[in-house]
Amino acid sequence: MSREAAAREPFGEAVLPWLLLAPQLAVTGIFFLWPAAWAFWQSFHISDAFGTSLIFVGLENYVLLAEDPLYRDAVVRSFVFASLVAGFALGVGVGLALLVENGARRKRVWQALLTWPYALAPATAGVLWLFLLHPSVGLIGTALVRADTGWDWRINGTQAFLLVVGIAAWKQVAYNFIFAFAALLALPRSLIEAAEMDGAGKARIAWSIQLPLIAPTLFFLIVVNLVYAFFDSFGLIHALTRGGPANATETLVYRAFVDGHVNHDLGRSAAQSVVLLVVVAALTLLQFRAMGRRP
Amino acid sequence: MKRSLAFLTLSVAAFLLLAPVLVALLGATQPSEVIARGSMAWLPGGETARNLGEALTQGAGTAPVWRLLLNSAVMAAGIAAGKIVLSLLSAFALVYFRVRGRGIAFALIFLTLLLPVEVRIVPTYDVVVKMGLSDSMGGLILPLLASATGTLLLRQFMRDLPRELVDAARIDGAGPLAFFWHILLPLSRTSVAALGVVLFVYGWNQYLWPLLIVTRAELDTVIVAVVKMIGTGEAMSDWGAIMAAAILALLPPVIVVLALQRLFVRGLISAEK
Repeated sequence: MSREAAAREPFGEAVLPWLLLAPQLAVTGIFFLWPAAWAFWQSFHISDAFGTSLIFVGLENYVLLAEDPLYRDAVVRSFVFASLVAGFALGVGVGLALLVENGARRKRVWQALLTWPYALAPATAGVLWLFLLHPSVGLIGTALVRADTGWDWRINGTQAFLLVVGIAAWKQVAYNFIFAFAALLALPRSLIEAAEMDGAGKARIAWSIQLPLIAPTLFFLIVVNLVYAFFDSFGLIHALTRGGPANATETLVYRAFVDGHVNHDLGRSAAQSVVLLVVVAALTLLQFRAMGRRP
Repeated sequence: MKRSLAFLTLSVAAFLLLAPVLVALLGATQPSEVIARGSMAWLPGGETARNLGEALTQGAGTAPVWRLLLNSAVMAAGIAAGKIVLSLLSAFALVYFRVRGRGIAFALIFLTLLLPVEVRIVPTYDVVVKMGLSDSMGGLILPLLASATGTLLLRQFMRDLPRELVDAARIDGAGPLAFFWHILLPLSRTSVAALGVVLFVYGWNQYLWPLLIVTRAELDTVIVAVVKMIGTGEAMSDWGAIMAAAILALLPPVIVVLALQRLFVRGLISAEK
C-alpha cells in the first residue's frame, strides 16, 4: 500500500503543487465560493429603503417565498416540466439507440444524423422552432391559423407550455442517444449472440438483456435530463415565451432571473438561489450514486 | 424488428431533427417582406446573397454578425483553453504530489460540480460587476472556468497511466516540471483534444451569463444576439437576414461535433460520467 502510494505520488516538493493548484483555486474561490457564500448571507437580509445597508430578517425571505402562490406554482411547474422533458427525451433517445444498434446498417451515418443537435444551443433551438411555428410568419404556424385551430402560444398558456416542453425534449434526444448508443456498443457481443441462438427476437433481447445491462447509464441520464430541464432550458424559454403568457412557462431559474435582474429584489432572489442550490445538490448526489453503481 | 421498419423509423426521426434547420435555410433564401406577410414559399428564393450579406455586415438591430461570430469564437476558445490549462495543472498537482491539505484542495474544486452557472448567476453577477469586469471578455470567460469536470477527467486519465513512466523519468533525473512537459503533456494530447471539443461547444452555446454581463451590442455573442434580433417576434422583422444569422450561429459547433465525432463522443462521455 505505502509502496503504491509512494509510486503514485512520487514528488515531494511542498510549494510547487500549491503553485500548480493556485489558478484553479483562485477561480473557484472568486467566482464560486464567494458568490455562493454571498447569496447565502444575503438570503437572510433585506435592503433598507435607500438600498444602502442590509437588515437582518432571519428566514423571512424564505417564508415569503413559501407563501407566494406564484413561486409555489413555479415549483410545481418546474417539476412537471422537468419530468415531461426527461421522460420524452430519454424514451425517444434510448429507442433510437436500440434501433441503430440492432436494426440498422451504416451505423456511423445514423449516429451523425442523430448526434448533431447536441451542438445546438437551446436558445437557437427556440429561434428555429419559432420561425416554423410563428402564427403570422411560420410555414406551419400560418397553416395552423388558417385551419382555425386557434394556434397562438403567445396568448394560450397551455400551448406555450407544451411547446416549450416539446422543443426542450426535441433538443435533448441527441444527448440521450449518444450515451445510450455508447453504452449499447460497450456490451459484449457474445451475450446477444447467445440470446439469438436461443431464438430470442430483437425486441425480447432489447427488453430483457440490453436495457437491464445499461440501467446504470439510464439512471445517470435521468438525473442529467432533469438538471438540463431545470437549468439549460432558460435560453429556450427566454427566446420563445419570456416565461409567459401569464407565467405559464415560468420555471424556477426563470423566476430567479426575473427577481434578481428585472426586479432587483436581492434578498428574495438570493433565497431562490439557495433553494436552487439545494435542488441541484440533491440531483448531483443522486448522480454520484449512479456513478458508483456504474460498471 | 424488420430492417425496413427500423430504416423508416430512423429516417423519420432524423428528418424531424433536421426539419427546423431546413426551414431556416429556406427562410434565408427568401425576401423578408414575403416571409413577414406569412406567405413564405416551399421552394428556395433568390435572396440568399442579400440576406447573408445584410446579416454579416449589418446585423439586424445588433452588431454585424461577423463581429458576433468573432466574439463567440474568442469566448468559446478562451473557455476551452482556460479550462484545459487550469485542469492540467491542478490534476497534475493532485495526482503526482504528496502534499498536506490535498484533500481540502480537491474538495474545494469538487464542490463546483454541485452548482451549474445558472444557479449562482445572480450572486456571481454582483461579484463580477464589483471587480469591474462587466462588459469585458474577461468577465465573459473567467466565471465559467470555475468548474471541476476537466480536472476530474484529466485526474482520472493521469491515474490510469502506468507508474513506470514516472519512475523511469526520475531515474533519468527529471524533475516534476520536466516530467510534466516532456512526458505527461504529449501523452495527454488525445484526452485534452476530446475535452477541448466538448468545452468549445459548451462555451459557444452559453446563454444566460452573456445575456447578463454584456450590455454593449458589439460584445454580444451570436447566440444571444440572434434572440435579440427577433425581439418580440413581430412580423416586421428582417426574417431573411435573421435566419441567415441563425444558421451562421449554429454551424460552428455543429461542424466541430460532426468533424470530430469520435473524439467528441469520447470526450463527452468521460467528462460527464
